Amino acid sequence: MTVSTHDENQPATFAFTPENLKRAEQIIAKYPPGRQASAVLPLLDLAQRQNGNWLSRAAMDYVAALLDMPPIRVYEVATFYTMFNLQPVGRYFLQICTTTPCWLRGSDEVVRACERKLGIRMGETTPDGKFTMREVECLGACVNAPVVQINDDYYEDLDGESMEKLLDALARGERPAPGSVIGRQGSAPVGGPTTLTEIGAVTGSGDE
Amino acid sequence: MPKLTVNGIEVEVPAGATVLQACEAVGVEIPRFCYHERLSIAGNCRMCLVEMEKSPKPIASCAMPAADGMVIRTNTPMVEKARKGVMEFLLINHPLDCPICDQGGECDLQDQAMAYGYDRGRFQENKRAVPEKEFGPLIKTYMNRCIHCTRCIRFITEVAGVPELGATGRGENMEVGTYVEKALSSELSGNIIDLCPVGALTSKPYAFVARPWELRKTETIDVLDAVGSNIRVDSRGNQVMRVLPRTNDDINEEWLSDKSRFAYDGLMRQRLDRPYVRGADGRLRPASWQEAFAAIAARVKGVPGDRVAAIVGNLADCEAMLALKDLMAALGSPNIDCRQDGAKLDASVRASYLFNTTIAGIELADACLLIGTNPRWEAPIINARLRKRWLAGGFRIGVIGPQTNLTYRTEYLGAGPQTLRELIDGTLGFADVLRQAARPMLIVGQGALARPDGAAVLALARKAAEQFGMIKDDWNGFNVLHTAAARVGGLDLGLVPGPGGRDVLGILDGAARGDIDVVYLLGADEIDTGRLGKAFVIYQGHHGDAGAHRADVILPGAAYTEKNATYVNTEGRPQLARAAVFPPGEAREDWKIIRALSEVIGNRLPYDSIKQLRDRMTAVNPVFARPNVIQPAAWAPFGGEGPVEPTPFRSPITNFYMTDPISRASATMAKCTDTFLTPRAEKTGTHE
Repeated sequence: MTVSTHDENQPATFAFTPENLKRAEQIIAKYPPGRQASAVLPLLDLAQRQNGNWLSRAAMDYVAALLDMPPIRVYEVATFYTMFNLQPVGRYFLQICTTTPCWLRGSDEVVRACERKLGIRMGETTPDGKFTMREVECLGACVNAPVVQINDDYYEDLDGESMEKLLDALARGERPAPGSVIGRQGSAPVGGPTTLTEIGAVTGSGDE
Repeated sequence: MPKLTVNGIEVEVPAGATVLQACEAVGVEIPRFCYHERLSIAGNCRMCLVEMEKSPKPIASCAMPAADGMVIRTNTPMVEKARKGVMEFLLINHPLDCPICDQGGECDLQDQAMAYGYDRGRFQENKRAVPEKEFGPLIKTYMNRCIHCTRCIRFITEVAGVPELGATGRGENMEVGTYVEKALSSELSGNIIDLCPVGALTSKPYAFVARPWELRKTETIDVLDAVGSNIRVDSRGNQVMRVLPRTNDDINEEWLSDKSRFAYDGLMRQRLDRPYVRGADGRLRPASWQEAFAAIAARVKGVPGDRVAAIVGNLADCEAMLALKDLMAALGSPNIDCRQDGAKLDASVRASYLFNTTIAGIELADACLLIGTNPRWEAPIINARLRKRWLAGGFRIGVIGPQTNLTYRTEYLGAGPQTLRELIDGTLGFADVLRQAARPMLIVGQGALARPDGAAVLALARKAAEQFGMIKDDWNGFNVLHTAAARVGGLDLGLVPGPGGRDVLGILDGAARGDIDVVYLLGADEIDTGRLGKAFVIYQGHHGDAGAHRADVILPGAAYTEKNATYVNTEGRPQLARAAVFPPGEAREDWKIIRALSEVIGNRLPYDSIKQLRDRMTAVNPVFARPNVIQPAAWAPFGGEGPVEPTPFRSPITNFYMTDPISRASATMAKCTDTFLTPRAEKTGTHE
């Protein structure tokens, strides 16, 4: 696991869009007065989403000012949680799980496919700024290992070939359906459900 | 009052005490790194593990509240094993660089590893490396050594009130720092050096300078502000190597302001180490003591007393001040003043110039009014006490005067004396806060008194104190915050103009007009020396500062680390400073210089030893009879009538790091000024 430190090129300013500011106020309103600092995690998430999937220092300072917190308290939170990116990432942020279940099911092949296809290594971003790949610990989808998280979506049951197809589709600007790439229903057995079959088929991939 | 058993000894501790405190109460030592009695409890170093009956695991005694019927054991194999395990983990990433570490010899980790650790490590892998941080010109970091006790973070956040330090990252990658590289902008930042149990935070000016066992330690008093912080001066040979705080719960607890801690290098620079006499060509030339005294005697002879004057500076000790006063009396001069800033303080009523509430008493107050003062710069230690009280809750603070970030929430009422008048008239809402408080207090700064209408402002402050119930049988909420260590002592000894005498402004006016022929400056540098006119100026002091530049005769005196002397702090507490080193060259203790001079000019002062001089001090004012004790001052009317001007109050301190000849001569303080007070554009010297 690598924890990203702050980037050298920092934008000077950050401010929520009017819609996001409204959402931020709604989030802050969930907490009692004087306890607005509790809203730091959702607000940082909001800021990261607005800011192209990474948190600039200006964004953290902005959230700190909004919540009346010393900036260092926000930096502490933002650096603690690995889902906050403190450096710019590509449009598609690939988080490849290499923890034991995924590894046993062939995550090495998935990693190699990405490296081959994108010409970058773990932690790097493609020159066109489209893809960033990073190694992560267990994403909690071991049943459908190996798994890769791309932005907010999970892609499961991958191997080298399907990973390359996925990257091709993303490069073309498509958004492949998330979930199992081999058409498995949810986390059901690969060949289809083996129990409760009399209830009737449930359509859809199930995990959305 | 829970009752528990520690190692078979039954002990009763106050409710809310921790197991660790209970262990200390029976005299059982518990090793610890993160726990500190003046900071909040973190419980993250795990060194204080002890065994508790019915608990399957050892408990962190610093974070466990003592409860009734607990059975605690600290001497079992389980505890020993737990400590060894914790120590082994702490040392996993700690470099083995004690031989080159400034903390060596006074390191908690070193000592406790000796006492509780294994004699070898089993960790074969690489240790982590952490980049150095830049905390400014005072604190050197070596973050590889950090064991993440978070004491520095808690101190800066809680006591200093400048939340700039934090722990970023997590796990193996956790780092203590500011995240954005910046110098710590606290006037108390040096204390994190003392708090750091390892060598991660050390003193930058003291880096690689000395080992603790080489140093001679002298317990004395700080004079760079009027707080009278208790300090320990560490010296080697005849040089002060560093200054550390001593614990005194009544004054500085165990903190020290950065100026008091780091300005000591000024003691080695720009020193006056021999007498000088200005020759016929207008240039100062080195002279012997005899020549210097002879030059003074020749000039003073035949001058009527009312044409002689003396001004006392901010660092003068009580012994020298009394000797000077007696000398002036012998010369028949009523022109003497210890208030070189022109503060309109009244020496006749002691309560009118003391910090009557006392520093520790701040914690009993429940409302406060600051008048013309910026305590963060004038007395950072007192500001920390105000913040401590504010943190405890139920303490509203109103401010009349400069609007600054004092590290706690204040209510700004106005800028000048008219606001104080409105407050007394009851037209401001804050009047109700003061009226409803059981123990209200006010603090008048020198910025409110060192102005032409100062006496009227002082009278207004007295009126406010009386009107808002600050003066009671068991409570005196009227406080004057001094900035000069010499001031209260000078007022106690009566160094104010005698009948028909001139005060500082009168002396300067007289000298400028030619009505004053001889001016004796006892370390007085913060006056307008350009107005001394053609007067013959004798400067006695330790630094070649403003006063010495103007002087006709320079008598080299001793700095506060070089003499046994008495200082009275702003509370009115006489304290004894002790000589840590000798004065440089031919410089001498100040009272001895005046005593020797008195003999040459034919007015021999009647004391030959410091004992006799101190007896005389006690005779002049009995407060000097008992050092370290505050004698409560009786309340009486004081202050002057007259109109007040609408000019806003201004703090007398414009640069916290340079307020006196010592700190002005200090290279460390110059670096601080540059780092913290010089605007960035000026600093780089480039223009866009």
